[in-house]
Amino acid sequence: MNLILSIAQIVLVLILAPSVSWWIKKIKALSQNRIGPTILQVYADLGKLFQKGMVISDQASWIFRAMPYILFSSALMAASLVPLFFKSSLLGFSGDLILFVYFLALGRFFLTLAALDTGTTFGGMGSSREMALSSLAEPALLLSFFALAYRAGTLSIEGIVLHFSLEAPFPILFFTSMAFGSMLIVTFVESGRIPVDNPATHLELTMIHEAMILEYSGRCLALIEWAHQIKQFLFLSLLVNIFSPWGLADSTMGIHLLFSFLFFLSKIFGLAFVIGWVEIHTAKLRLFRVPDLLAIAFVFAVISLLGQLMIGR
Amino acid sequence: MELLFIFQLLLYVFGGFLSLFVSAEKKNLNSWTHLVAALAAGCGLASSIMVLFRNAHLSFCFPSGITLFGPLELAMDPLSAFFVFVISFLSLAASIFAVGYSREYQEKKNVSLLGFLYHFFILSMVLVVTAKNIFYFLIFWELMSITSYFLVVYEHEKPAARKAGLIYFVMTHIGTAFITAAFILLYVHSGSFHFDSFGANASPLNFAWKNAIFLCALIGFGTKAGIIPLHIWLPEAHPQAPSHVSALMSGVMIKTAIYGLLRFLFNFLGTPFPWWGGLILVFAALSTILGVLYALMEHDLKRLLAFHSIENIGIILLGIGMAVFFNATNQPIFASFALIAALYHTMNHAAFKGLLFLGAGAVISKAHTGNMEELGGLIKKMPWTAVCFLIGAVAISALPPLNGFVSEWLTFVSLLMGFKNGSAGIRLLTPVLAALLGFASALVATCFVKVFGITFLGTARSEHARQSSEVDFSMKLGMGMLAACCIIFALSAPVITFLLGKVTQALFGSEALPLHFVRTTFLMDPAALSQLNPMWVFVVVAVTIVCVWADTGFVWQRKRSDRAELGLRF
Repeated sequence: MNLILSIAQIVLVLILAPSVSWWIKKIKALSQNRIGPTILQVYADLGKLFQKGMVISDQASWIFRAMPYILFSSALMAASLVPLFFKSSLLGFSGDLILFVYFLALGRFFLTLAALDTGTTFGGMGSSREMALSSLAEPALLLSFFALAYRAGTLSIEGIVLHFSLEAPFPILFFTSMAFGSMLIVTFVESGRIPVDNPATHLELTMIHEAMILEYSGRCLALIEWAHQIKQFLFLSLLVNIFSPWGLADSTMGIHLLFSFLFFLSKIFGLAFVIGWVEIHTAKLRLFRVPDLLAIAFVFAVISLLGQLMIGR
Repeated sequence: MELLFIFQLLLYVFGGFLSLFVSAEKKNLNSWTHLVAALAAGCGLASSIMVLFRNAHLSFCFPSGITLFGPLELAMDPLSAFFVFVISFLSLAASIFAVGYSREYQEKKNVSLLGFLYHFFILSMVLVVTAKNIFYFLIFWELMSITSYFLVVYEHEKPAARKAGLIYFVMTHIGTAFITAAFILLYVHSGSFHFDSFGANASPLNFAWKNAIFLCALIGFGTKAGIIPLHIWLPEAHPQAPSHVSALMSGVMIKTAIYGLLRFLFNFLGTPFPWWGGLILVFAALSTILGVLYALMEHDLKRLLAFHSIENIGIILLGIGMAVFFNATNQPIFASFALIAALYHTMNHAAFKGLLFLGAGAVISKAHTGNMEELGGLIKKMPWTAVCFLIGAVAISALPPLNGFVSEWLTFVSLLMGFKNGSAGIRLLTPVLAALLGFASALVATCFVKVFGITFLGTARSEHARQSSEVDFSMKLGMGMLAACCIIFALSAPVITFLLGKVTQALFGSEALPLHFVRTTFLMDPAALSQLNPMWVFVVVAVTIVCVWADTGFVWQRKRSDRAELGLRF
């Protein structure tokens, strides 16, 4: 039963990931007095891309063709480490949050390589920006993870979630909220949302993610987009599950599962609302300002750790 | 076992003189003499693995004419056996690579001399890590420095090589001076030249002596290892040597310094002081971050790789620093784990850095330049080299599922074990160091995206690059072996950790059982922070990729032309 539930969680990631993107789009549309797309639109978009033919540059090598699969599977592997609404995840026993971070890094490594593969200037620009930002985002993310791991006494994602779900909310609130801030900023960077990157633009001066995948079309593009949505979904579910872990199912009873599933949905869409709200209310930062933002994230993580050390556990 | 070891040493000597005396006319024959080195390395591999598996202790004594210093004793305890293993597997691959690679020098240079120096260079490294006597250790150490100096200036018609050689010569002797000083202090204290007479067997050193010896050893071996304030020779010297020698210099020669440092820290000096660990950690962090930042600015393939050696030595020292710290605070099991991380990374670094240097050598031998700006598009001209180089790049960037990740994970966890122990200072320092390690490895990934992207992807940027072609079989085989090592070292992580556990057990006493670190196929840390199953992860990655691949094939079966576009044939 545990196994079935764990696999169900991965299927859930695959299905729900696009809907979060839709939800953010919808919020933005509503704020601009537009009706916005229906929820089916994101799936239809993916389906349409999957059916389209592809144009591949004759300069491209096998890296270009293999990348979408590597990216997608590395996102899936990362997904297999994160518990969603059930207390355990599929491969949570075989790895920890360091593995999670490095699976995402694996996908990014090939994503940026593929961007260089066709030899276009946009690709090179996108990949150098992506790598520069992510090398700043990664230590901030790791350190905020470590700050949480310090409190939980374990590096396993399941273990951290379990620890915080058993702890009373108030004593943990202050210092872990610093880690929350840090991870939230990293989420903006990693999922390419507005203060850092604009997913809706193809303006060459500002784009990061879009610049890297400019050469892709058809099925490969669909896989990349999907993998990107999965990554965003994973960051959101990590945030909600670590910082509000209550309501996670620890039994396999149907009613518990149903409740925790609905609770999880409301949490994740609530957090996605925050992301959308930030997108509505901020302008995109200049590229050279983004490192400042990430420095803030790093400092938050340090404060979170330092606070716990000085005040006690 | 003893026989294999002796045979290995004799083969190196034989191979050296063979290549010296194969006449210069039979140039084609000469490059084949490298196979003697490969055979010798095979013997070394076999004997060291036997020592590691059987827990045996291999030792023998040659009576020596110089009675003052005692007999020449060579021995392989688990630590020495581990380093012989690292030297042997890399020199096996490098020697096979050299058969093809040294042909490049046939027309221009004296290949006999190259083979001679090459054999004696490896021989001296093996002797350094097995010598049991101060006097002979220093003799072999010097032999290693001299042969590697001549290999650095092998292309002495280039001014850059001569200059690099000079810097190397001076720096390595400054290092040797400090090492000699450290040994002399030990000798004065114990009155014997034999390694066994130090440490637990001698009267305890007092505070000042201990610190003085430690500092001398750290500076001396640190110079050879290339930790950051003492690194200036490394990026100059390593790129100038022929590529298979660069691979050995970067992959294992600087590791002999790690070996020496470990002997001092855990054998000779008794219980360390906690601040030693702190000092090592500071230098380690400095080397890690600055090494990779320097590398990011480089455009020359081999220089860039040399800077990454500094960075990786930093990562190794992070593990050693934690081991010293835990050992000082009397936590042998934790110390053992941290040292396993360091040794594992030593081995992995030999594999992937050797691979990358051989790959760079393959590129240089065909494109005649190591300047990345003039390369490009080589993935189509040299597909095998590209695949091997990519495996090396993924491994050095510490990405799962390859070996770099496993040892980096071990290093991360051994840093984070500082959480549960030690002073508040260490509790704050270690996670920040771990985050810096994360920063460094993200930068390494950035750097290797650049290296691989600019060198192998895109379009050719010069005539040389356009006309390059795939290298010959022996070079492909040499690289392929190391690429296979990168995968095998990841898959067999539990076995390797278990064996390394035995190595550290010999250093920290019977408390630190290997069973604390491995349970069936899981790696786990003694502080119960985390666990990792590298094998499982590897299998799942493979399965997922196959699934996704197959899935897209089946779903779109009706569109044959579409699949043809993808280049898939099934």
